[in-house]
Amino acid sequence: MSPEPGEPTADGTTEALRRRVSAAGRSVVAQTGPLLGLLVLGAALSILTDRFLSFSNLANVGQQIAVISIVALGATFVIIAGGIDLSVGSVVALSSVVFALAFSNAGLAWPIAVLAALGTGIAVGVVNGLFVTLGRLPAFIATLATLSMARGLALVVSEGRPISGFPDEFRTITSGRIVGDVPVSIGLTIVLFVLGGLALRHTVFGRAVYAVGGSEEVARLSGIRIVRLKVAIYALAGFCAAVGGLVLTSRLNSAQPVAGQGLELDVIAAVVIGGASLSGGQGTAFGTLLGALIIGVLRNGLNLLNVSSFWQQVAVGAVIAAAVMTDTLRRRRR
Amino acid sequence: MSTTLLSMRGISKSFPGVRALDEVSLELMSGQVHVVVGENGAGKSTLLKILAGAYRADSGEMLLAGEAYQARDPSDAIAAGISLIYQEDQLLPNLSVMENVLLGRLPRNGPLVDWPAARRRARDLLALLGVDLRPDASVARLGSAQRQMVEIARALAVQARIIVMDEPTASLSESEIERLFALIGELKQRGVGFLYVSHRLEELEQVGEVVTVLRDGRAIHSGPLRDLTRDALIRLIVGRTLDQYFPGRKAVIGEVVMHVEGLRSGDALRGVDFDLRAGEVLGVAGLVGSGRTEMARAIFGADRADAGRVTVSGRALEPGSPGAAAAAGVALVPEERKTQGLVLELSVVDNIALPNLARLSRFGRFDWTAANADARGRIRSLNIRTRRLGTRVEELSGGNQQKVVIAKWLARRPKVLIFDEPTKGIDVGAKTEVYRVINQLAESGVGIVLISSELPEVLAMSDRIMVLRGGRVAAIVEAGDATQESIFEMAAGKRRASVA
Repeated sequence: MSPEPGEPTADGTTEALRRRVSAAGRSVVAQTGPLLGLLVLGAALSILTDRFLSFSNLANVGQQIAVISIVALGATFVIIAGGIDLSVGSVVALSSVVFALAFSNAGLAWPIAVLAALGTGIAVGVVNGLFVTLGRLPAFIATLATLSMARGLALVVSEGRPISGFPDEFRTITSGRIVGDVPVSIGLTIVLFVLGGLALRHTVFGRAVYAVGGSEEVARLSGIRIVRLKVAIYALAGFCAAVGGLVLTSRLNSAQPVAGQGLELDVIAAVVIGGASLSGGQGTAFGTLLGALIIGVLRNGLNLLNVSSFWQQVAVGAVIAAAVMTDTLRRRRR
Repeated sequence: MSTTLLSMRGISKSFPGVRALDEVSLELMSGQVHVVVGENGAGKSTLLKILAGAYRADSGEMLLAGEAYQARDPSDAIAAGISLIYQEDQLLPNLSVMENVLLGRLPRNGPLVDWPAARRRARDLLALLGVDLRPDASVARLGSAQRQMVEIARALAVQARIIVMDEPTASLSESEIERLFALIGELKQRGVGFLYVSHRLEELEQVGEVVTVLRDGRAIHSGPLRDLTRDALIRLIVGRTLDQYFPGRKAVIGEVVMHVEGLRSGDALRGVDFDLRAGEVLGVAGLVGSGRTEMARAIFGADRADAGRVTVSGRALEPGSPGAAAAAGVALVPEERKTQGLVLELSVVDNIALPNLARLSRFGRFDWTAANADARGRIRSLNIRTRRLGTRVEELSGGNQQKVVIAKWLARRPKVLIFDEPTKGIDVGAKTEVYRVINQLAESGVGIVLISSELPEVLAMSDRIMVLRGGRVAAIVEAGDATQESIFEMAAGKRRASVA
């Protein structure tokens, strides 16, 4: 690296070295910021309560956050690409209801009904993507519209009533155990996050997601096909929301048209606590998983400490503000 | 042997109410630099965008190496071997050098990125350019010259046969420009053809062989550059001569209005002292990184100075407060007009009213009549060309936008106006108008600080010239005693001068 003109060479070299070292340090901090937060939180809770560190409690936390995490994985792609998806909570409900009706009313085999639910999620995502690209709607407005439409459709097709009674094989998604007594839903979450992380870091698609979030115009002028890419990103978010809907349906053994209300805010919170920037270009799958864990552990811990759910909302809000503030301060102090 | 790479024939393009291009034709040979000049709004960028597939021509045809060519979108143009290096920075700061160079064409292995191959390829391309950059370095930390090199490496990565450069030297220092020109020379040897757009006339003869002059959407001249004197070229572009380029000024230099002492800010500004008098234009020259912009921002309070004092008419300014600076009569016309000087989505009148909201409001109610009257007066006195008061500023040309930034501050009757690169990226005609405005202000007793990378501009416009180097004042000289060479030597320092 050549020094800036007008700067003595010796100075320039040490400067470059200093920058390199501090850049490396920063990237470690960026990865470990949320992790550190989670560890501190876990340590505090294991001192304050005796049940927190028990296997059954941790498995419980994992199951509780499975839905948020899986939905947030899709949202991570959207947010890194500089977008936002408010419709995911409604998609959770709609795909859940579609699954139930396909199974109960249409009498399809449950794996087929699962495919129908996943297809529904993808379809809503494609609509989001087309609104944003060809319809030129801001992502906030486009997905606000589909939030309302998908919720309405879920209520229409279910006639506003919950539908329950599913086969045991389907219920195994949440009730089953894999090696070491770990619930299947936790295994599923981990597998999806490994795949999602790989996709972001090591596929051409994933790198294009970062590029379009860094600057859409630059990406476009470099020959990246924006419409196709964005539709795929929102479709992926819809797919993840549908998977979340299926996990939720399995856990409750019931499909509820009012499920997932306000979920989009928890999801965005998880992504942002995990270090993604709402202006795009930044974020990781691992960070999002940590973000979801922080929210889940916090709620669980406060439950164990008998803190009311009203105060829990206050605490989660404070964590969001604190996480993003430390992140912003760290970035500014270059 | 050179062959015809590109012919554009009879290209026309209209936008609602404007005929942007009218039957423009142009030929580019391999191994040639074809310079395209013209005022802003003459149709240069429309022409380039048609070539790059961002716009489609209404009529006319393009031939690429003898075959019909039509780009529907930028990826078609890239596939055809046409690469544009845009005026604005086209890099992604959140990604590495390697990913920026290979943007949109990372080597793949199925759906996966082949990172070792990508690293190798980026390293080869950077080596080809003779640039010492690690493929994994973060782009956010590069200087403007290095960024430019990354953009050129990207053009090479697509194996471009035609490279289009729009104002590539706008943010480069002298030695970086020489580096760029050497590189263009090398690529010419390989048969690459260049379309080169620039407002800096002095560099055109250095780099180009052929010139096409656009005026009002028509190609009014095309031919070898060496047949034209600079004077003749300017006349072709604007229909004016060189002595009309920098208008004269009859200002009376008065008392000291601003006194700056020991001003420091971060690593970039390491202690600057000077006085500015009423009616004086103090030019500020220096290389990229010499602390010019940092000085302007610290005086105005846009950045908080670490140490030092600024006094205006004997009163010390509160550091780090643009509001206090503005109240004391200091105004800044910032370097980045579009992000720091204007709210692009708002109208002309909104922008002009922005620093004057308190004066234009009564009991909290904004007085539109007064604001409109105010704006109308400024538009007349500064000759701002806008269709309506309510026109959004982003629809104006660069020169007129710059005049809106100036107009914002005039209502506050500033005592000191700091201009940071006021003519960056605006056309020759509009430059002259900005110079005229600066002269008017000086004649009315305003003290002017004029920061500029264009030495001819600093020399012609200033009463005194302050040269910054490494965040300190290297010299303050009378403009009459200075030459381009002497200023450059002071800005670069002895050691640097031998390097450059």
